[in-house]
Amino acid sequence: MSDADRFSETDRSSDASDPVSVFPDAESMDLRPGADDCYKCSTCDSVCPVAAVDDDFPGPKFQGPEQWRLERHDDREIDPSVSACSNCMRCDDACPSEVPLSQMHNTARAAYVEGNVPRLSRTYLRNRLLSNYGRLAWLGSKLPRLTNFVMGLSVTGWINEHVLGITSEREFPTFATETFRAWWRRRGGAQVENANKRVAYFHGDYANYNTPAVAKALVRVYEHFGYEVVVPPQRCSGTPMFANGMLGDARRAARFNVETLADLVADGCAVICSCTSCSMALRQEYPELFDFERTELVAANTYDALEYLRINEDLESALEGTETDAFAGLAYHAPCHARNQGLDGQALEVLESVEGVDAEDVGDSCSGISGTYGWKRERYETSMAIGEEMFRHMARADADAGLTECPTCAMQMHHGTGYEIHHPLEVLEAALSTPDGR
Amino acid sequence: MVAVAIEDDVLVVGGGLAGLTAALAAADTGARVRLISHKRSTLRHASGLIDVLGYGPDGRGPLVDPFEALESLPETHPYARVGSEIVREALHFFDAVVGDAYGGCHTTANALVPTADGTVKPTARYPASVAAGLASDARATLLVGFETVTDLNAPLVAAGLEASGVPFPVRGETVPFPGGLRDDATRTRYARALDQDERVEAGSVRVRTALAEAIRSLLRPADRRLGLPALLGLENAAVVRRDLEERLGVAVFELPTGPPSLPGERLERLLFDALEAAGVRVTTGVPVVDFETESDDPTRIARVFVDRNGARVPHRAYEYVLATGGLVGKGIRSSRAGVREPVFGCPVAHPDERIEWSAAAPFGEHAFARFGLETDGWLRPLETDGSPVFANLRAAGAVLGGYDFPAECSGSGVSLATGYAAGREAGLEVSA
Repeated sequence: MSDADRFSETDRSSDASDPVSVFPDAESMDLRPGADDCYKCSTCDSVCPVAAVDDDFPGPKFQGPEQWRLERHDDREIDPSVSACSNCMRCDDACPSEVPLSQMHNTARAAYVEGNVPRLSRTYLRNRLLSNYGRLAWLGSKLPRLTNFVMGLSVTGWINEHVLGITSEREFPTFATETFRAWWRRRGGAQVENANKRVAYFHGDYANYNTPAVAKALVRVYEHFGYEVVVPPQRCSGTPMFANGMLGDARRAARFNVETLADLVADGCAVICSCTSCSMALRQEYPELFDFERTELVAANTYDALEYLRINEDLESALEGTETDAFAGLAYHAPCHARNQGLDGQALEVLESVEGVDAEDVGDSCSGISGTYGWKRERYETSMAIGEEMFRHMARADADAGLTECPTCAMQMHHGTGYEIHHPLEVLEAALSTPDGR
Repeated sequence: MVAVAIEDDVLVVGGGLAGLTAALAAADTGARVRLISHKRSTLRHASGLIDVLGYGPDGRGPLVDPFEALESLPETHPYARVGSEIVREALHFFDAVVGDAYGGCHTTANALVPTADGTVKPTARYPASVAAGLASDARATLLVGFETVTDLNAPLVAAGLEASGVPFPVRGETVPFPGGLRDDATRTRYARALDQDERVEAGSVRVRTALAEAIRSLLRPADRRLGLPALLGLENAAVVRRDLEERLGVAVFELPTGPPSLPGERLERLLFDALEAAGVRVTTGVPVVDFETESDDPTRIARVFVDRNGARVPHRAYEYVLATGGLVGKGIRSSRAGVREPVFGCPVAHPDERIEWSAAAPFGEHAFARFGLETDGWLRPLETDGSPVFANLRAAGAVLGGYDFPAECSGSGVSLATGYAAGREAGLEVSA
């Protein structure tokens, strides 16, 4: 059949003014307006960190609106290059014409994995494994010392690299000997009860299994301001699942989170996150990709932890006169997902009031790791090439430690510079525990 | 629980040339300033040229002296609102911020800059990278385009320039870009290759060397300057240009292109660096969607709300500057129901009948080109009865009505002049 024949047949079989449904088995998303809104200015391509270092990657404009149009043809399959997108979402921030680029990428990636990646392939198994990191971490946290020992063995690195395709260039994050949730139970839960000031803490997997110090800092800071902290049952935010096209896994996790959190929101709690990719998932990706009842309710009541404090407490006055000498020179990197939520300047603005903290912004480049992306053997080089600019600026800053909200950006910052990396909540906790901060 | 607002003296909404200038001018008065920009700056959509007035509203031009023509503009034109003295001051302010990155400050006359469309654009200030290409210069010129860069068809541009009567001989040639980037590589990719002087041809040679070699044989002894599409580096643009000049023994200049524009992005970086140095706080990625007036004074805005995917975050300031752009920048919205300014709901005058919004001819007198806010002399948007919408709200840049910037070549100048005036007045109001 010629192209002309096929077109005319399509025209006959559908009302031309009806919105075209994207992927029949996906949620009922109409991406047509997004494709139509694109006026091909290519600004997204010029800010894409992957396209900047990988000449084989066609860029977000192709992955989004153009791929969507090509896909209207029955004989076109989604281009495999969609897997090379790291889901940093910088294109969303760049588009002057309201094209929902990351939504289009997430959808295309899921359709690609669904239709083109064999279930028994190494890539599928590896990506499924990486995107369900929380499940593995749960297992690892049962015997943290043994797990840390095994993960550090060179033979484990060899197996990861050659059997699984996980780079052995990186050191695995160590598991905490006590998870945040175990600590929370041991201390008897909330130490402050306050029916008028309650927050539900979505800690995510990483703060629970790997960096409980961040989660504890959040609890102490919030209790300092008189909040009752609720720590509800929760599953992974879904961020690594979106990025690997595992939309089915993401859907299950998201449904659980939305149902649990919506009840708390209805009960007067705001949801707060310490990881900016978790808050991004709850606020933007859930409403863009799923339509559970109350998804929008949860999105509209989710905040970054520092952001929420800032708009509900006079943080500037509270921090006036506080002091800490534990964080003298910090190189701050704003995660891409913080940037998209309007949080890029926040940490430094807040910490300005704390005596003894000297933090410097290292610019608007991407760290390059993007969650599980930089852990894949075939993406490691790209990831490090993207991170190069940040490493250079960190080295140039008058600092010997790093600061960021995102746990995987922190991994990359440490990997590239050897610096210890802190979370703004840890600095805040130290400042508020000085005598003046009480 | 009542939300506490994030507080500053002056809040500027919008991250284009008008917003950036307003924030810098306000900070210059000593005020604490925040700039909120929904998207990355639109400056990469701009040519990077700073035009003031290239053509009169009657189409007369190109104008030799834009300042002379400023005096005869209709009183609804933004230039007439602020006055020609402010336009001059704003340019001096810009000159001080950008330093030697821009030329043209030695004269009030327009410079004529050849563009990638084969036209000559009258402009008041121009990036250093286009300086050697000015059309008033009589040196023989070779233009070179790249096979994979569709923005510049050099033979066509040369023919266009000849036809417009430029006082110099000009030819156009096309070469492949060394190293073979993908056919649809972005302009930023080319810039990066040149910035870093990447190795090409299996690592045997650097890209700037290879490019100079490819061009050398095309140069004739009489040629004194070489024009290339504006992709000659981003971070090391001056070095890239100088390197090519030394290798080829001729002056090198760029021809500004459409978006994404590297001269525009260089200006964006320069201005954001200036904001950082001035201590302006910057919030990006979120739109301002709503506002509240003071409970005891409905003529003053008390705070505005930024939308973070459904959650509203309040920002409070004493003075506000609205610099959200025009129809393209979405500071002005149109629909079948009419034309409106979406943040504060300021009135936008427009014909009731949609058929009258545009003219039949593509380059006809389009009413939509002048859609925007009407203001008083302090740039406060006005109600239809002529009273200010709010006492502490000023507007700057393309959100203003009463001028047709593409036809007049006045976009950057109006943004600079009104941004400067609005930001400065807002800052002074705070310290008063």
